Amino acid sequence: MSKKVAFLQGNEAAAQGALYAGCNFFGGYPITPSTEVAEVMSVELPKIGGKFIQMEDEIGAMAVILGAALAGSKVLTSTSGPGLSLKQELIGYGCIAEIPCVIYNVMRGGPSTGMPTGPSQSDVMCAKWGTHGDHPAICLTPASVQETYEEVIRAFNLSEKYRTPVMVMPDEIVAHMRERIVFPEKGEIEVVPRKAPTVEPAQYKPYDTSYGDVPPLASFGSGYRFHVTGLNKMQDGFPTTKAEVVQAEEERQVRKVDANIDDIVTFEEYLLDDAEVVVVAYGSTSRSARYAVNAAREQGIKAGMFRIKTFWPFPDKQIKALATKTKGFIIPEMNLGMCALELERCVQGKAPVLGIFRVDGEPINPDQIVEKIKEVK
Amino acid sequence: MSRYELRFSGAGGQGLITAGIIMAKAASIYEGKQAVQSQSYGPEARGGASKSEVIISDGPIDYPKVTQCDALLAMTQEAANKYSHDLKEGGVLLIDSDLVKVIPAGNFKTVAFPIINTAKTEVGREIVANIVALGAMVALTGQVTRENAEKAVLSSVPEAFIELNRKAFSMGYEKALEASA
Repeated sequence: MSKKVAFLQGNEAAAQGALYAGCNFFGGYPITPSTEVAEVMSVELPKIGGKFIQMEDEIGAMAVILGAALAGSKVLTSTSGPGLSLKQELIGYGCIAEIPCVIYNVMRGGPSTGMPTGPSQSDVMCAKWGTHGDHPAICLTPASVQETYEEVIRAFNLSEKYRTPVMVMPDEIVAHMRERIVFPEKGEIEVVPRKAPTVEPAQYKPYDTSYGDVPPLASFGSGYRFHVTGLNKMQDGFPTTKAEVVQAEEERQVRKVDANIDDIVTFEEYLLDDAEVVVVAYGSTSRSARYAVNAAREQGIKAGMFRIKTFWPFPDKQIKALATKTKGFIIPEMNLGMCALELERCVQGKAPVLGIFRVDGEPINPDQIVEKIKEVK
Repeated sequence: MSRYELRFSGAGGQGLITAGIIMAKAASIYEGKQAVQSQSYGPEARGGASKSEVIISDGPIDYPKVTQCDALLAMTQEAANKYSHDLKEGGVLLIDSDLVKVIPAGNFKTVAFPIINTAKTEVGREIVANIVALGAMVALTGQVTRENAEKAVLSSVPEAFIELNRKAFSMGYEKALEASA
């Protein structure tokens, strides 16, 4: 039997991906350019016995998905920049209380309400530093409709595997663009279940590190009593200020991601084998970059592209390796140089890093990138 | 690799984003090609400038926006003025002759007929002007067959409006051939 295909928008694909991953609870507050996710979920979730709720605002939406996740649901919220700002307090709560959830954020112009219908990539730092305190951060930046579908599934898997909030951040172009999508069969893409406790309810501790850095999570209301707080906590979930416990717990939470970077980080290398100029790009901008790299090759310039699929954790190791054999890096992005700073950190001055930064609501066109490629001597 | 770029432009509310989606769907689902549709529009639900862009290719499509336009539909004077600058030499410009009075100059073929009026008086409903325009664009660009485009139209509209849209599509297709002959 041939596979099911459809002509879908990125946002519609995101919702379908969530459903494939077993999402059964959506809480949100509509906002351009992400509203289509909520629209699809409001139609589809009731059909499978799931729950859709439109909350009074964005932080309410974040609160409701955290609660639903603790009660055993696989949860999604969708938003855009201004909503992401409003969710930050509870994103930190999700990190410290170690609650699996997926936050789908479509990047539009900012700061504040900015340019609601214009594309942007200016939320990538907010994905890591938006909520205060040391905490793990995972953020995926898909570049096509098919990839948006697949990365939302992967986001659910990572959130369950590492018991932490995961963000998926397409820019408005990817989110609103329509392309053909081929749906995988059931079972074709792995769906990671939540690690459930194996002990009796009386013995259960929600942060029991004897199971490793990611302790099993019981569903609230299933007989396993536990305490949830935003305070630094002990293994039983109750607050503590005991120095060695707080230090160890904070380090463990960050280590969940840091020690598993190779499992989380994904990227694409395009024509890098002999590349002298490397364009580093993510999201829709990588599509301009691919066009530009092909155009530069036709003109005899050895250009290639390193496409970031996982923005956080950042692909430090791969960029460091490239820095030793590259004449120059080009970073086109729809912000004023956010990824450029990360690149410079990894390149450590071994090669120039040239930026193309646009915040005017227009996409970066391939010609701009070709011109910049030619500047590398 | 073949890369064909279309732009449907006009005012918000004219259904041009829908027209672009159907064109791309015809190419990618029914014609066996690859297609990407994207759009840009202002905060207004109606009025304001609106455009929908479609790239059609035999192979993978990277940049999803128009670089050099092969075919442009302009349903307002503003759109004709604003978007004809990157129309390719030998490209095609389709305009609504009632709405675009000043025809942009350039080395491309201009095809004009009263698109909205055709929908209103000959098809019977102004609301299907976008499908009239789509039929015309299909005829003028030759990127998808008439049959495949019609399939895409009919699979995109509510059951009760199938005949209306079929008529609108055919009318647009025929009128464009007449006007460009």
